[in-house]
Amino acid sequence: MNGARIFVESLKKEGVDTLFCYTGGAVISIFDELHKHGEGIRLIQPRHEQGGTHAADGYARSTGKPGVVLVTSGPGATNTITGIATAYMDSTPLVVITGQVSTDKIGTDAFQESDVTGITLPITKANFLVKDVNDLAITIKRAFYLATTGRPGPVVIDIPGDVQKQDCKFNYPDDPGLTSYRPKESGHPKQIKTTAKMLSKATKPLILAGGGVNLSQANDELNKFLNKYKIPVATTLMGHGINPEDERLFCGFVGMHGTLYANYAIQNADLIIAIGVRFSDRITGDVSVFAKNAKLIHVDIDPAEIGKNIPVDLPIVGPAKSVLMELNGADIKGDYSAWVKEIDDYRKKNPLVYEKTGTLKPQYLVELASKIFPEDTIVATDVGQNQMWVGQYYRFRHPRTFLTSGGLGTMGFGLPAAIGAAVGNPDRQVLMFSGDGGFQMNMQELNTIRKYNLKVKMIIMDNSYLGMVRQWQELLFEKRYSGTDMGDNPDFIKLAEVFGIKAVRLGRPEDAERVINELAACETSMLVHAVIDPNENVLPMVPAGKPLDKVITKF
Amino acid sequence: MAEKEQLTDHIVSVLVNNHPGVLSKVTSLITRRGFNIDGISAGNTKQSDMFRLTIVVKGDDRSIEQIQKQLYKIIDVVKVWIITPESKLDREIGLIKIKIPQSLRNEILQMINVFKASIIDAGPEGFIVEITGTSEKIDSFLSLFEHHQIVEVARSGIVAMNRWDKK
Ligand SMILES: Cc1ncc(C[n+]2csc(CCOP(=O)(O)OP(=O)(O)O)c2C)c(N)n1
Repeated sequence: MNGARIFVESLKKEGVDTLFCYTGGAVISIFDELHKHGEGIRLIQPRHEQGGTHAADGYARSTGKPGVVLVTSGPGATNTITGIATAYMDSTPLVVITGQVSTDKIGTDAFQESDVTGITLPITKANFLVKDVNDLAITIKRAFYLATTGRPGPVVIDIPGDVQKQDCKFNYPDDPGLTSYRPKESGHPKQIKTTAKMLSKATKPLILAGGGVNLSQANDELNKFLNKYKIPVATTLMGHGINPEDERLFCGFVGMHGTLYANYAIQNADLIIAIGVRFSDRITGDVSVFAKNAKLIHVDIDPAEIGKNIPVDLPIVGPAKSVLMELNGADIKGDYSAWVKEIDDYRKKNPLVYEKTGTLKPQYLVELASKIFPEDTIVATDVGQNQMWVGQYYRFRHPRTFLTSGGLGTMGFGLPAAIGAAVGNPDRQVLMFSGDGGFQMNMQELNTIRKYNLKVKMIIMDNSYLGMVRQWQELLFEKRYSGTDMGDNPDFIKLAEVFGIKAVRLGRPEDAERVINELAACETSMLVHAVIDPNENVLPMVPAGKPLDKVITKF
Repeated sequence: MAEKEQLTDHIVSVLVNNHPGVLSKVTSLITRRGFNIDGISAGNTKQSDMFRLTIVVKGDDRSIEQIQKQLYKIIDVVKVWIITPESKLDREIGLIKIKIPQSLRNEILQMINVFKASIIDAGPEGFIVEITGTSEKIDSFLSLFEHHQIVEVARSGIVAMNRWDKK
């Protein structure tokens, strides 16, 4: 069997049914084998490798299965870089396979040669250059194993053209044979006991749930935990998808644009159990006073996250799910009802608010969509104000329903991520929110929607600005709107129609409910071009590096 | 917040699988996380498929622990030791080509003896001296010579391990 065929057979062994791929000279043999022997593998061809990589990422985030990408060498590979970096920051399991020039040409600056393992080194969990066909199957085994276990992440396999053509016997190993890689499978029992003790002593405990809860499929366990002990929960942007029975326990998301009550809870808690969070600067603000009254327990599968940004009182290395299962069985005595009431009273006095004027408010759109779309709708956002409004006003009750580029903040992520989600979840609603700027970064993928007849509901929040940056300019640069004007946007309705997608314009608040209902009910893809108030800002806002309680609520 | 901790030299020893690119993975990780590498050496161990890197980095104690954890995330990293100042045993080897006028040769030979260094090559213009010891010892040997007398210096970088009694 030649290397290209071995590759195809290995994908089948891994149960891969969807491949996001774009061809070229260095992968032509693989495409040929896919053509001949690729039964059971659906090929999704984007219009740009970046779009394809984000789509694989959206597929992975929404399904929990690894996203698989195949591209050619040189420019094909470098076009995936933003997608790989995005996946790396948010710990998405991706396997990206790149063609490479033949082994005898490597290092000669051959046509379409680029040092893929060199370039992707800092943005992959691992990467491999396969120089011998005998190593191909085991490398693929390792790549999938590494991408999906422990702290997930993207893995790159670079396969030179001649290796694809060489023959060897196909034998797919059961064991990846990685002796030095052993992710923890459960938290240390002693630490679990200590946690139970600390919780029994605490009067104001708070759970801070991050993306790791979604990645570890721990949402049910966490909900159970919250219901059992009646502990309030705040999330990071990536932690959305938590749904306790008592809505008072839910504080929304923390950080720069977090709710006042979530940040209040952080700053006033006496014990925080952080689960699967990285404590990024967008979450902590000024680290020196972050959670200043609280003891901190940090649960994470990646020991390097613990103590990286914030000193920790009790580290627990292990997957969120098994740690929560242990905690659900622990003996915890505590009555936190006064604390729940304290947060709730604070919330009633300091809710999320926006000014209701005659103009179309983006927050209103998000609220409407959250009410009208089914609960298990998968929502993808782009980056900027639109992302924060969705984070604030959309109530996510299910795991893996919020797809957003949290760590890298990649504009252009929303549309292709939604496409990947639609590919992986044909029976569910997929809703995209994007700014007018970010939408145009990967709008060529509208054709992917058409090509595969996908169902993606799209809302462009058009403020004719690069809104989030404009907001910073308003606040910090005396309204000098340098480089943020988007007054020259194309006609988004016509644009959608060129790709055969139904589109409507929405400008008046009184039409919003009807249009969002129409969007939800539409049997095909549909785009809403929402012309929103250009001056709307995301509030509350904790300026970068400031303490979480130094909040701006008005400009 | 505590004042910035003092930056000191730390020695980190890393046992790695002998796979292509592993050296650059280790060094680029350290630089990427904001540390300077002051010295590095690499060599085989008792297993032929592994080698051991000894790296001198500048950082505070907390960040050294960070580096250790980050290094463990590299798939080919098998073990990471932090060599603590109390229990460290470290050695370096230096080869030094020195220009020496005939008249000074005896004096220089005595110095070489004091440092337990040895002459491994000699020519009409001077010697090549091999010296082994701590880096400080090599530093002080070098400082005995005028700048122009030293023609070339090659140092191995530190190799180090913790003493037996380090738990
Ligand atoms: C690829 C990329 N380039 C630039 C930025 C910097 N940036 C962050 S938010 C933002 C504005 C986004 O504007 P738009 O897409 O219109 O969304 P809005 O904030 O108005 O909702 C920019 C330029 C980025 N995050 N990603």
